[in-house]
Amino acid sequence: MIDAVLVMNTQGKPRLAKFYKSLSPVKQQEIVRKVYTGLSSRAEHFCNFVEADEIFGAGTKLVYKHFATLYFVFVIDSGESELGILDLIQVFVETLDSIFKNVCELDIVFNFNKVNTVLDEIVMGGQVVETNSTEIVKSVQEIFKLERG
Amino acid sequence: MSFTTMEQLKTIGRELAMGSQGVWGSSKEFLELVKTIGEAKSKAEEERIVLAEIESLKRRIQEPDVPRKKMKEYIMRLVYVEMLGHDASFGYIHAVKMTHDDNLLLKRSGYLAVTLFLNEDHDLIILIINTIQKDLKSDNYLVCCAALTAVCRLINEETIPAVLPQIVELLNHQKELVRKKAVMALHRFFQRSPSTVSHLFPAFQERLCDRDPSVMSAVLCALYDMILVNVKPFKHLVASLVSILKQAVEHRLPKSYDYHRTPAPFVQIKLLKILALLGTGDKAASENMFNVLGDILKRSDSTSNIGNAILYECVRTLTSIYTNPRLLQNAAEITAKFLKSDNHNLKYMGIDALGRLIKITPECAENHQLAVIDCLEDPDDTLKRKTLDLLYKMTKANNVEVIVERMVEYIRNISDNHYKTEISSRVIELAERYAPSNQWFIQTMNQVFEIAGDLVPQKVAHDLMRLIAEGAGEEDEDADSHLRSSAVQAYLQILKEPKLPSILLQVISWVLGEYGIADGSHSAEFIIGKLCDIVATRPGDDKLKGYVVSAITKICAFEKAAGQTVDLIPECVSFIEELYASHSTDLQQRIYEFHAVLKLDRDTIASILPMDASCEDIEVDKDLSFLNSFVESALANGSRPYLSDNERRGMGAMTTLASNNDAGTSSLLRFQPYEKPSIPEPAAALVTASHYSQDAIDQHDIYSSTITVSTSSRAPESSSNDGTRLKLEGVQKKWGRPTYTPEAQVPKNPINISDSVKVSSSAAGKEASSRNSSAPPYTERKQPSQEISAEKKKLAASLFGSKAGETKAKPAAKLQQNGTSKKAPAKPTSPPAPAPAPPPADLLDLSDSLPQIPSVDPVDQLADLISVDSSAATSTTSLVEQVLDAGKVATKGPSPQASLQKDSVSRQVGVTPSGGTNPDLFKDLFG
Repeated sequence: MIDAVLVMNTQGKPRLAKFYKSLSPVKQQEIVRKVYTGLSSRAEHFCNFVEADEIFGAGTKLVYKHFATLYFVFVIDSGESELGILDLIQVFVETLDSIFKNVCELDIVFNFNKVNTVLDEIVMGGQVVETNSTEIVKSVQEIFKLERG
Repeated sequence: MSFTTMEQLKTIGRELAMGSQGVWGSSKEFLELVKTIGEAKSKAEEERIVLAEIESLKRRIQEPDVPRKKMKEYIMRLVYVEMLGHDASFGYIHAVKMTHDDNLLLKRSGYLAVTLFLNEDHDLIILIINTIQKDLKSDNYLVCCAALTAVCRLINEETIPAVLPQIVELLNHQKELVRKKAVMALHRFFQRSPSTVSHLFPAFQERLCDRDPSVMSAVLCALYDMILVNVKPFKHLVASLVSILKQAVEHRLPKSYDYHRTPAPFVQIKLLKILALLGTGDKAASENMFNVLGDILKRSDSTSNIGNAILYECVRTLTSIYTNPRLLQNAAEITAKFLKSDNHNLKYMGIDALGRLIKITPECAENHQLAVIDCLEDPDDTLKRKTLDLLYKMTKANNVEVIVERMVEYIRNISDNHYKTEISSRVIELAERYAPSNQWFIQTMNQVFEIAGDLVPQKVAHDLMRLIAEGAGEEDEDADSHLRSSAVQAYLQILKEPKLPSILLQVISWVLGEYGIADGSHSAEFIIGKLCDIVATRPGDDKLKGYVVSAITKICAFEKAAGQTVDLIPECVSFIEELYASHSTDLQQRIYEFHAVLKLDRDTIASILPMDASCEDIEVDKDLSFLNSFVESALANGSRPYLSDNERRGMGAMTTLASNNDAGTSSLLRFQPYEKPSIPEPAAALVTASHYSQDAIDQHDIYSSTITVSTSSRAPESSSNDGTRLKLEGVQKKWGRPTYTPEAQVPKNPINISDSVKVSSSAAGKEASSRNSSAPPYTERKQPSQEISAEKKKLAASLFGSKAGETKAKPAAKLQQNGTSKKAPAKPTSPPAPAPAPPPADLLDLSDSLPQIPSVDPVDQLADLISVDSSAATSTTSLVEQVLDAGKVATKGPSPQASLQKDSVSRQVGVTPSGGTNPDLFKDLFG
């Protein structure tokens, strides 16, 4: 399953932190910090996986992707496919991109709830529910429309 | 990059300042907040800004009649603040209230906030349950969805029944989105508490045939977890799952499931994972799968990331299920492709896949030697670690030296304690399992201790001390002495280095105490001086002091026993003086014992602290026969004879060994609960001998711990002493049964052994290994080689070369036998006896370079002693060390634990107790 989804900028500021396991806020902060230290030292061409036994427990991995000023990080256990998750990050970002039209870090900061809505359509309770970007956009738009109405 | 962010933020800020309504529709204040935080120069400044924000939110959120839209914004700001690591609990209740709102936007925001704020055990959850129940029944499917999402996060085991019926109903909702989420919610319940949804397995399976594939794929996630727990109830699904997979592969699912022209890749991956579980060890099920797996291998596109994801998953499945040679061949080809790729991600997957393949076909590793070595030398840490993982799985007797060297090199260069611990434990494991020689083993351990220091478990230190103590076996005392004196030399060398970890110093102290003066090349004064230096480097380390005091005691005793006088050097005297007033009772006891020992005469000392006797068994006089005369005189004076516990209380369960002379004793661990305290004998009886003879086994422990061992080890001391002790123990009984029972029965050697040793002789060690011609990989590597590729090839050869393996398999086998012989001499009641190993060949090479040792056979000496008084073999050191490690020792003794421990100890030393001569390479790894 997916243990957590984190989006943080290249300075280590969290922009989105969603944990699918109960953790105290203190622990969450510590994790964000550790994940950032783990990622910031990695060169661009290195592989997109980092073993995270120490942070999340045995068998967990960080699968991350670096876009402009942001890191998108999924924490997964052995039940998920690393390469698959890499594409899921792609789906997530593509979806955000089509919703915000050229997404940037600030869109994510200011549209906290929208980003969360998108993520909730993709991952629910630590499982991947939807992987098709157009489908996600469709249901998210529907929610937004209703919310406005 | 950070600069650009800043710039961006500034631009935004300016726009806002000009009063434009932000494109994001949030209020100016919030944007301002984000902006100032973004511009904060330091953590402290950021802290200040956020705290001010919290204060203002606290004030405003409590104002009466906050407009609902405004409240929503406050709550979003709280979420933001909490994400930055500050406590926003004062606002939780408002988020909970917001979930009650009828407006969808507000309700969703409320749900979002509570799912981020609260965990399922929070007190406020109870206020939400009702709303959730209502929302699950809503006509608006989006409200249902919002509630379902919240359910995943907020419902705990206790509250599951409150919402379960509604959710089960939603499984048949007309909207596929709701059905899908209902499946997910139930899956979550399964993770929380499997029993609550176990009756729903059929419903899950029904949803597998849902007309909408997205619901089916949600069911797959749940199935995977359920199968992971128990495969059996799902075996019949193999055929259906295979047919679903077939449909997916053949593009028969709706186009919307395609991703980058790959048909439903996420469904395929999940299915492959499930099939891997179902096919494990099941030939019939696996045969069902071969066709479709072959199809996937043929069709998948290896140019896209997602295509490779499927291919990798396929390899993984093929290596888990029943073997099909043809498909495995394909899997090997894919792995090769991954390894040859320039993409680091694929290399990583390749290394992982190779690790799985070699379980089945070990020889396939050889084709990828160079690729593996490239990965090993890659600067990417993830890749390197993964490769070390692979090497660990590949280790055999023929390449252990190279691989361990690599690992040691790796931990030398990292600072991360977690991985240092993990990898050093692997090094230790490999070294113990495949060590070509004891010399090499000691060197390796020294390196590990130097690098990883106190991260290494104490047990490893004990094993190392044990190895040095036991040496190569009784058959070849010379080799043992060489091993020991080279260890002493190495340690004296290591002591010159600053900042040694405590655990290494403990080992050094023990070795110096036991063998420092054994070969006669160092004087007692010199060694004692060194020991005092050790203490000086770590003034606050009581445990280390304990080791040093014991070491000094032993050296003084050895000297005295040899008829020499010992003049303590001033440092030592002041060190000892200090300890008389130590806060540690353990240290005080040691130092008093030290003094008591020094006052004894030569023969007594020689019998209580014999030279090189750490491996000898302690004879425990279980019948307490030395007390016979005492008991007889007591009986003659009219005392009542001893009754065993069984006789007195009729408790059959307890094991008691009542012997004729009333002094029988047993100290097995008790597993029954303690019985009610019995009423003590009349007080007067305490002082008399009758007390002794009548007392219950509760007291045997005390007798055996304090009297058997201590008096027998100090045999010549007066028995009046015992009398006083007895009284004391009688008094102690009032507080219940002593907890240190088993100690008394533990013979001396396991304690000494378990007490600690390590070596860290890189200097001496390297010398030895370079001279050691029987270790080809080493020498090969040492040769300076100009050509890098040639060097790599050599490395490859030493890692993968199979010929070397056969010649080198012998030492391993030797160790193996050595283990079996270790077990043999153990007495039935005593824990693991020393394991004398046949001398490894390379030790003999060393003999030229090392000082010869005066040939005194400690075993002979000991034999004499034992014949005089069998109980005299106990040494005070062992007693002292017992105290030191009471916790550890308590698990020993004749008990199931002891035998388990024995078993694990023998494994640790590189021996499979079953005694097979050929180490089964993957037995532990792959079960």
